[in-house]
Amino acid sequence: MTIVTRKVSLTVNGKAVSADVEDRTLLVHLLRDNLGLTGTHVGCDTSQCGACTVHIDGRAVKSCTVLVGQADGSNVTTIEGLAGHNELHPMQAAFRDNHGLQCGYCTPGMIMAAVDMVRRHGGKLDEATVRQELEGNICRCTGYHNIVKSVLDAAGRMEMASAAE
Amino acid sequence: MKADGIGARLARKEDKRFITGKGRYVDDVRVHGMTYAHFVRSPHAHARVKGIDISEAMGRPGVLAVLTGRELVDDKIGNLICGWMVHSKDGSPMKMGAWPAMAPETVRFVGQAVAVVIGETRNQARDGAEAVIVDYEVLPAAADIKAAIAPGAPQLHPEAAGNAVFNWSIGDDKAVDAAMSKAAHKVTFELENNRLIPNAMEPRAALAEYNEAEEHFTLHTTSQNPHVARLVLSAFYNIAQEHKLRVIAPDVGGGFGSKIFIYPEEMVALWASKKVGRPVKWTSDRTEAFLTDAHGRDHLTKATMAFDANHKILALRVDTHANFGAYMSLFSSSVPTYLYATLLSGQYNIPNIYAEVTGVYTNTAPIDAYRGAGRPEASYLLERLIETAARTFKVDPAELRRKNFITSFPHQTPVIMAYDIGDFNASLDAALKEIDYAGFPARKEKAKKEGKLRGIGFSCYIEACGIAPSKAVGSLGAGVGLWESAEVRVNPVGTIEVLTGSHSHGQGHETTFAQVVADRLGIPANQIQIVHGDTDKVQFGMGTYGSRSGAVGISAIVKAMEKVEAKAKKIAAHQLEASESDIVIENGTFKVTGTDRLMPLASVALAAYTGHNLPDGMEPGLKEGAFYDPTNFTFPSGTYVCEVDVDAATGKTSFVDFVAVDDFGRLINPMIVEGQVHGGLVQGIGQALLERAVYDNSGQLVTASYMDYAMPRAEDVPSFKLQHTTTLCPGNPLGIKGCGEAGAIGAPAAVINAITDAIGNNSLEMPATPDRVWHAIQSGRA
Repeated sequence: MTIVTRKVSLTVNGKAVSADVEDRTLLVHLLRDNLGLTGTHVGCDTSQCGACTVHIDGRAVKSCTVLVGQADGSNVTTIEGLAGHNELHPMQAAFRDNHGLQCGYCTPGMIMAAVDMVRRHGGKLDEATVRQELEGNICRCTGYHNIVKSVLDAAGRMEMASAAE
Repeated sequence: MKADGIGARLARKEDKRFITGKGRYVDDVRVHGMTYAHFVRSPHAHARVKGIDISEAMGRPGVLAVLTGRELVDDKIGNLICGWMVHSKDGSPMKMGAWPAMAPETVRFVGQAVAVVIGETRNQARDGAEAVIVDYEVLPAAADIKAAIAPGAPQLHPEAAGNAVFNWSIGDDKAVDAAMSKAAHKVTFELENNRLIPNAMEPRAALAEYNEAEEHFTLHTTSQNPHVARLVLSAFYNIAQEHKLRVIAPDVGGGFGSKIFIYPEEMVALWASKKVGRPVKWTSDRTEAFLTDAHGRDHLTKATMAFDANHKILALRVDTHANFGAYMSLFSSSVPTYLYATLLSGQYNIPNIYAEVTGVYTNTAPIDAYRGAGRPEASYLLERLIETAARTFKVDPAELRRKNFITSFPHQTPVIMAYDIGDFNASLDAALKEIDYAGFPARKEKAKKEGKLRGIGFSCYIEACGIAPSKAVGSLGAGVGLWESAEVRVNPVGTIEVLTGSHSHGQGHETTFAQVVADRLGIPANQIQIVHGDTDKVQFGMGTYGSRSGAVGISAIVKAMEKVEAKAKKIAAHQLEASESDIVIENGTFKVTGTDRLMPLASVALAAYTGHNLPDGMEPGLKEGAFYDPTNFTFPSGTYVCEVDVDAATGKTSFVDFVAVDDFGRLINPMIVEGQVHGGLVQGIGQALLERAVYDNSGQLVTASYMDYAMPRAEDVPSFKLQHTTTLCPGNPLGIKGCGEAGAIGAPAAVINAITDAIGNNSLEMPATPDRVWHAIQSGRA
């Protein structure tokens, strides 16, 4: 059995990263195993649960569906890089303030997906849209009630912040 | 109310690490020299293992070892056990089939492990496992209850004739017969309680390390009760003696019951780490989780409720077959017996109850406690029966319930439980008001004009939490005591560590437990650290399940705090030259009442640790522990009512409104309590509308991924309207009842009662998928 490896270079949370990995390596495993960024979680094998959601070039992507080779040269942001050191992104703060998490396992993926949702919809988000857009992220603890509240709250905060700029 | 005290909606202390990706779950832990385990699992539901050829696998790159069930048995690793003894009505003990952690001879469900491959990397272990060749002789399988009890059914265990685990009963058979014979009305109902798969979002995982010089193991594992894990692993499974085994359950990503149990994989990881002389990590993938996590529910029940001419309940007879899967999981026997049939009186005066429960082995994954554990099954049965009765009698379903409510307490039911307190009318009234029940007929009429079928459904549940006291559960067959421990350490600078035997895997203990201490001392919650989940730190504890951490875990903390405060008051009185009885605790100080003389907590603590000026004979230090054993279960109760629209053309149900009114006694942090209810409700709605574990006739699990098993998504469920009514539990110091399971217990009946009300056909099983609802509409029209 021949294992093919390749060298990949990408930017993760603002830092240039390169690694020799097997061709079959998924982006989520590069992040977790090689870079120690364990905030990105694996919750299923079928790209359904969304716990592994990160941003690639600003868009939310399930990092378990991406081979590292496909991410070569791209700009990846994980939950650890969403805000500056000791700062919270408005979405992170809204999840805390609205009790939008319990066990915390789906939370990084939820937050990364929700940030992209607000980017795409801006202030036009309403409850029905948020619920529909969360189709790709499963939470077993919260019943989604407070996640929806958190996303709507953060959308308001982000709208105000961008208006102030 | 103090800012950080009891009743405050304090944001959670633990959240910052989770929202910034700094949580530390088992799979996040990495140690030097770590290897990876991948299990070889049976593709057959029932088969004899004729041989295992490991030669090719051993030659694969990075494969360090291939270990089989035979070697495990040869090394005298013990079989998995069920720790709760239940006797059949003829007095014979339950029939526990042998369950080795990896099967040396016979596999009895798809996914059961027969061998494990240890590799240098995750992929190498997986590649190695694919090269292991197992020679199976396939045997006929019994994939569900009906198949397993049919004449001539394949037999799973030589110990259990007819695949019967036990035939257990509770209540007075003859008294029920007599009452039934005098009844004016009888309502008989047959139903299924659908099989569910818990699906905590973090899959199970284990990281086992063996230190040869110390002959000591360390296990990081996804457990709701690390001390129980250590006890069972040492006392029954022969892994190591307790003092040579440290079990750490760090951040755990949800449990819902499924992480109570000790599973084969952590046993094998520990054993293998010693065999290969390297740390071994195993992390379940989602399909393995579907195949091997303990499933929940799966009952077939026939029940009859008898009423007098005034619609008062006279008697209830219940006959239930409960699926156990292929083996008896750790607490499985208690679930369809003492956690189910003892709640069959619900919120109602039912003078006579008799229930018979037959446990059945099938060639499926083991079944054990899943959120609610027995109580959702009891509540669903009762609430469909009484709803059916109301429709038969053509009376208001809310009023039929009210007519039969228990209104005086304490109330002894005919099925062991003695309800201590409650106010069922209060929660029903609040729910009727919140949903505007009076306005329902007009809303239904309006919906009809819009082409929708509108329905409303009730569920009045009661449950038993804080499972206890130890003496009582011991008399019912439990192999453990069900108390909780706490230790309060006041540091010399006045900060506090609270060590608890409870375990948080989403419940927010780091916040609520700190609020209780903050409230008592009048200090900020951030001055208090909650320590849990490590057998080296916490002396002992029974863990978190059955909504017990508030009622039992917090009560233990209160008991330890009382001792700390008593000693601190003695020190303050001595130093302030006052009488001990004059010392009061205010805003983090020990004050002589009616004066301005005081000592801050930090000064008292420092005095305790310097020991320079303590009362004669007092030991230095300020640290106390307590073991708290409750006097009774607690009994949360409430009313859930939901209003739905059903689309007659598609059978699709959508929620118009969902009201949940609960009586949980004292709330420590209402925000967290509401979160628990939301989550429970959605698991209950999942059971009612979406979720069902499906095995085909050959015993293959058809629903073994998120492509096939319908987990509730955000769009499937509504936002909720929650209210609380309050009767304080008299059985514990703060009057707490517990809130973790109520939603999952109460929601299913409310949803199904609403749908059947909407479509005018009561013949409907869970999950009420659009397909089933559409067919029910069609057959109702025929």
